[in-house]
Amino acid sequence: MVTYIFRRILQSILVLLVVGLVAFAMFTFIGDPIDNMLGQERTQEDIDRLRGVLGLDQPFVVQYVKFVISAMQGNFGVSYEQGRPVAQILAERAPATLELAAVSALFALSLGVVLGVYTAIHRKGFVANLVLTLSLIGVSLPTFLIGILLIYLFSVQLDWLPSFGRGETVDLGGWTTGFLTSSGMRALILPSITLGLYQMTLIMRLVRSEMMEVMRQDYIRFARARGLSERAITFRHALKNTMVPVITVTGLQLGSLIAFAIITETVFQWPGMGLLFINAIKFVDIPVMAAYLMLISVMFVGINLIVDLLYVSIDPRLRT
Amino acid sequence: MGLLDITDLTVEFPTRRRLFTAVDALNLKVNPGEIHGLVGESGAGKSTVGAAVMGLLDPPGRIAKGNIVFKNQLVDTSDGAVMHALRGRRISMIFQDPLTSLNPLLTIGDQLTETIRANLQVSASDADGRARELLDRVGIPDPDSRLNQYPHQFSGGMRQRVVIALALCSEPDVIIADEPTTALDVAIQAQILDLIRDVVDERKVGVILITHDMGVIANTTDRVTVMYRGKVVETGPTAKILSAPEHAYTQSLIAAVPRPHKKVHRFPRINYDGDDPDFAIEDLARDWPRYDNAPGKPLLSVRDLTKRFIEKRSLLPWGNRYFTAVDQLSFDIMPGEVLGLVGESGSGKSTVARMIAGLYKVDGGRVTFDGDLVSDLSNRKVQRAYRQEIQMIFQDPFSSLNPRMRVDQIVAEPLRHHRLLSGQDIPDRVGELLEQVGLGADARLKYPHEFSGGQRQRIAIARALATQPRFLICDEPTSALDVSIQAQILNILKDLQDHLGLTILFISHALPVVRQMCDRVAVMRRGQIVELADSEQLFTAPKHDYTKELLRLTPRTENMFEKPEA
Repeated sequence: MVTYIFRRILQSILVLLVVGLVAFAMFTFIGDPIDNMLGQERTQEDIDRLRGVLGLDQPFVVQYVKFVISAMQGNFGVSYEQGRPVAQILAERAPATLELAAVSALFALSLGVVLGVYTAIHRKGFVANLVLTLSLIGVSLPTFLIGILLIYLFSVQLDWLPSFGRGETVDLGGWTTGFLTSSGMRALILPSITLGLYQMTLIMRLVRSEMMEVMRQDYIRFARARGLSERAITFRHALKNTMVPVITVTGLQLGSLIAFAIITETVFQWPGMGLLFINAIKFVDIPVMAAYLMLISVMFVGINLIVDLLYVSIDPRLRT
Repeated sequence: MGLLDITDLTVEFPTRRRLFTAVDALNLKVNPGEIHGLVGESGAGKSTVGAAVMGLLDPPGRIAKGNIVFKNQLVDTSDGAVMHALRGRRISMIFQDPLTSLNPLLTIGDQLTETIRANLQVSASDADGRARELLDRVGIPDPDSRLNQYPHQFSGGMRQRVVIALALCSEPDVIIADEPTTALDVAIQAQILDLIRDVVDERKVGVILITHDMGVIANTTDRVTVMYRGKVVETGPTAKILSAPEHAYTQSLIAAVPRPHKKVHRFPRINYDGDDPDFAIEDLARDWPRYDNAPGKPLLSVRDLTKRFIEKRSLLPWGNRYFTAVDQLSFDIMPGEVLGLVGESGSGKSTVARMIAGLYKVDGGRVTFDGDLVSDLSNRKVQRAYRQEIQMIFQDPFSSLNPRMRVDQIVAEPLRHHRLLSGQDIPDRVGELLEQVGLGADARLKYPHEFSGGQRQRIAIARALATQPRFLICDEPTSALDVSIQAQILNILKDLQDHLGLTILFISHALPVVRQMCDRVAVMRRGQIVELADSEQLFTAPKHDYTKELLRLTPRTENMFEKPEA
């Protein structure tokens, strides 16, 4: 077990290093940050001097190695655009994105599992088929359109929920949270539904098909033959066996919730890391982009490590 | 009145095209303390009877007619609450495959206590105590620590004991055992059948034992009912039915069972329904290539063959723990010889076959074929020629044919791969091959799922013959088939060997089959050959203790069949 975790952590570190290298290779193609940083009255001398100061005259591999070395000391550099440490900027923005992702994941997982089990058991029921059809419409529409539709319905027409921003937030020593105020909670509803709808559909369909597969297994027949109640069969025997593939997909999807929050954050003007990243691309703000990408990869890798450990805790056959 | 009386039971499955009657007016009576065998080939409706009694018919199946009377009370099978009260409490079931009938994610203890508490009103600690007793009762040593283990930590036989313990949770009156030993080795089979017998004698339980195996019927049951296509053809005391069967189907079923005690040239086939097409072997032999085999030299020679699998992976490759599946095995196969390889599951038989076929890389030793070293997979030229000359037939014809390919594509694949024929010659040859295995040329455009198990195995044989091989590896070719189909397939293989001079490595766990098929037999245990002798000598005068043990445990059918008992 310890060897397994150790091996996985080693692999994760390797993945992170490769992601960073690819990111740095790409940065050389997206433009020259010097153009944006110096005004109209710049001389070639200024440009060369700034290049030297920022280390942009070196090959990207060297830049990357320097970035990795200072990142390991907790120093992610200074934003070209804002002139402030990148770590500080990300720390301000991260809570908004993480809270949004957490709420959407919770929404997607709880509703996805419940509806998945329901539609699997009542395979031919009217409600189950209605849910399946509606969910199909849900996946077919692009995220931004769903966001705009929700805003139109619940903010413009009904005026029930805010259409943009986080509402009032409370600062808990460096972590600003929207969970503690009613306006903050209300502001979370529409963006998290928008972000989580696709994942919910995916989880629901996955749970449904896995559940139907598991219900055909011999051990379910045997459980029924020895007189267990339908409830015990569904939730104790079937659902647990459904969980292994569901966890895999959920793990991958949770990572993409954070990574692809960009669109939702743009639609809802959500002050999170996604908006920050879009702005950083416009300004060719390499330190911000690099730190953001590394943060996202750390989360992906971390979540998948947790997923692997969850497998082992659910499935005793992997514990050898 | 018996314990369980089934009268006039008719089960129907409405399908889109027609109404399929799976069980047709069946009568069956089970008395306390009696094992009632229900025997028939696959599709006869045996398992449907069990499911109907339990109220567990898969939709759209339904009981169209008939009564089930349990302890003098008519059971209303349509009433879910009544059936739920009966299931597990009064009537229990044991399934075929102990590997799949236990939930892999829950401990044995959890599954036992859950069942005990669902059926009996007892506290958690009482249920725990009862679980311990039950494990002890079914002969599982050290119940205390076993309760906390998961199904995969048990061997096949131990798992089936757990399944029996689960079926005994609430002291049922009737147990329906659906092929309880089919997935088990012969030694384990004997133990499990003894255990069922014990339970019956001790608690006067009535058992319906569903099986396709005449050996099991002969050794275990008191009465037997023979089913054919949903109907009962004969019923009565086991000794009488087996020694003096009245119905033609029962007679042919008994005749088709391979006898362990004498060698016959051909297997008697079940000709009850007359749907056994002829096999045009002579046509095949006409243009079969003849090889000049050096006299006295083996065709295939195996020396010190070794295969290890990683048992526990470590951080560094040299820290891995290995399990030796095949341990320095050596044997020769002469041209035109059939060598049998027998042993329990896990003894390494299939691993040997896969190494010879080049599907596994060898970890030690060498395999030479007609003078060429073929265990070196990197020698492309030798491999290409070798793979054309050997072919393999697998155990399960349901998974060894690609379900998305048409039969003509399946049979043509080796021809195309080895570029033996091109253009119109390919469909011509495919048609001939299918004709020769008795399927007819119309089989070409169908998909595997449209065929029965025996027909699929014929397709697999046609595919294996496509390249005109010299050497066939048959890995349990009939273990998944009914006894009548088994006879057909074995006859085909025997004919191939006679007419084409094929050399065959025949792997099986069924000793009677091996005796009929093979010239010499190697007995494997734990990756090693314990005895290798001429077939007749091995069966009449075994030398090694393990061989003797295997022979002793094979169900003795000969006495049952030929001498009526008192």
